[in-house]
Amino acid sequence: MRKVLMANHAVSIGVKLSRVSVVAAYPITPQSQVVELISEMCADGEIDAKFLKVESEHSAMACCIGAALGGSRVFTATSSQGLLLMHEMLHWAAGSRVPIVMTNVNRSVSPPWSIWTDQTDSLSQRDTGWIQLYCESNQEVLDSIIQAYWIAEKVNLPFMVVFDGFYLSHTNEAVDIPEQSDVDRFLRKFRPKFKIDVKKPHAFNSIVYPDAYMEFRHMIKESMDTVPAVVNKCGAEFGKKFGRVYGTLEEYRNEDAEISLITSSTVTSTARIVIDEYRKKGIKAGLIKLRLFNPFPREDILNAIRGKRKVGVIDRNYSPGNGGVFAQTLRANIIGNGDIPEIYPFIVGLGGRDVHLGVLNEAIDIMASNKKIKAGEEIWLDLKK
Amino acid sequence: MARPKKVRIPSEEFFHPGHYACQGCGAPIVGRYLLKALGKKTIIVIPACCWSVIQGPYPYSTLKVNVIHTAFETAASTAAGIRASLEMQKKNDVNVVALAGDGGTFDIGLQALSGAAERNDDIIYVCYDNEAYMNTGIQRSSSTPLGAWTTTTPGTHYKDRPKKDIIQIMAAHRIPYAATGNVAYPEDLYVKFKKATTMRGLRFFHILSPCPPGWRSSSEDSIKIARYATWSKMHPLYEVYDGEKYVVRKPEKEIPVNDYFSLQKRFAHLTEREVDTIQQMVDERWESLLRLAS
Repeated sequence: MRKVLMANHAVSIGVKLSRVSVVAAYPITPQSQVVELISEMCADGEIDAKFLKVESEHSAMACCIGAALGGSRVFTATSSQGLLLMHEMLHWAAGSRVPIVMTNVNRSVSPPWSIWTDQTDSLSQRDTGWIQLYCESNQEVLDSIIQAYWIAEKVNLPFMVVFDGFYLSHTNEAVDIPEQSDVDRFLRKFRPKFKIDVKKPHAFNSIVYPDAYMEFRHMIKESMDTVPAVVNKCGAEFGKKFGRVYGTLEEYRNEDAEISLITSSTVTSTARIVIDEYRKKGIKAGLIKLRLFNPFPREDILNAIRGKRKVGVIDRNYSPGNGGVFAQTLRANIIGNGDIPEIYPFIVGLGGRDVHLGVLNEAIDIMASNKKIKAGEEIWLDLKK
Repeated sequence: MARPKKVRIPSEEFFHPGHYACQGCGAPIVGRYLLKALGKKTIIVIPACCWSVIQGPYPYSTLKVNVIHTAFETAASTAAGIRASLEMQKKNDVNVVALAGDGGTFDIGLQALSGAAERNDDIIYVCYDNEAYMNTGIQRSSSTPLGAWTTTTPGTHYKDRPKKDIIQIMAAHRIPYAATGNVAYPEDLYVKFKKATTMRGLRFFHILSPCPPGWRSSSEDSIKIARYATWSKMHPLYEVYDGEKYVVRKPEKEIPVNDYFSLQKRFAHLTEREVDTIQQMVDERWESLLRLAS
């Protein structure tokens, strides 16, 4: 069934199709409609789920961890300050190895107060042990929720589906809604690997001495390392069933490109147009849309940038003192892999500022010129003088 | 109120020997009688507190039931999540219990506790109160009594504010059951825990639990000190039903607060006048408690 949906409601429907049974959430702009619709569907009996209307995001995540350890498929949604308040429990979820799925609708962090999009909120949670996946369209949002459970439950790690506030959250697009029966065949019933069972008592998350802590972290590493392959496998199987193939990244006119842009989220759609325009002008420009950010899909990205002369990273986020998070992470992951292209880190569209065609044109023009970039330097585009 | 009838406490233990508590600690007693009353179909949620150590390190466990360790401020919300999950699986015969210290209850965990109480989440919340952050080295909490020494309220600047009245706060949420307890009264504890299992919604316990290193007292005096806390009305035993109906148990013997203080060095710096002031406050609080019960 095709329906015109805003991304927030695409999430709610994805949650319903995934047969989630416990939801705990606290409202925050621009996420609120995600849980409003879920709460309506719970009240109407359209979803067989318990919705805990908790008093904070911190408690929301604690509830989700408890419910997941109890053996339920769980969901929550948040944004910006809410996600930051959750930070401690994000670590706790990953360490507990519970496959919670959460949506974070990107919103810049305050002060100054801002409700508009940028990715600093989610990217500043990079080190919490959550899988992070960034979406370009409402269709991808819905599809990614279903895939998130598939992947998270395979690797026993929590999963964050991320998309832009307002640019997607409140924007309506035609979305193909899969049949429940097809989703049921794709996403099997949740069979948790770790679960509370009164017949088999265990102690979860006990204190460990230095002779064991590292091994627990190493087990997370081993699972994390498998994630890019699992994301590709899941995306391929999803494609077989529903006709829409996904992977850790998507390449657009990139194969023979000399200059490539790396984008994530909605900026990608604008970048597709820009690439087409430059191709018309005879410039070999290409695009790599990065879907999976954490763990960083090192092999896939190396294959995508190999042989390029220059690669520009479009970061709609800023880590003070470090620059754009995608660019830094890319650099850290490609050094030592032989000939690698020159990396141009661009900071764009913070706090919801529009990333229009001109902004991305400027990025490509800078790369096409002979401008050199020093290590650690970033280029801010569309900054008012 | 008359003394409760002779109570037979089951001999079955859900508590392994070899736990990690200090000598004379009251907290293991709370856990032990809690499980004797609740039985094996119980899930214990432990936030950061002495019990997160008492429970034992990986791969050991002091308790013979499921234990979930969670972050300091999340005992109530983690327990609420577990309950929601069990409810969806129609497993309604399991007790979900948060077992937290005074810091995780009176202070950092109060928001989550208040949230769970306002929603009337179906959990049992047990606070064992040793009146300071004992696990981190005896720093004052909002449960530390007026006049007490701690490492952040030294004798020259002792705690100058009264202890937060957690039961009144919980009662104001109109939860079905809130009760105080004391490790010196195990039968009373057992009866109240049992009573809690016959109710649904948020049931709250505030149990006084001596801490020899923190109270600077002798380990062998712990039970005596705990009993003196009730005799001196520093820690009266009472219950509140639905936030309204108070049932107070009068102590079998009455003593001045100074008798309670004299067994602990944390009050040693107090002058006679300061002790008198505290005595007056305790008397007034007791009178108001009796008024609420009448």
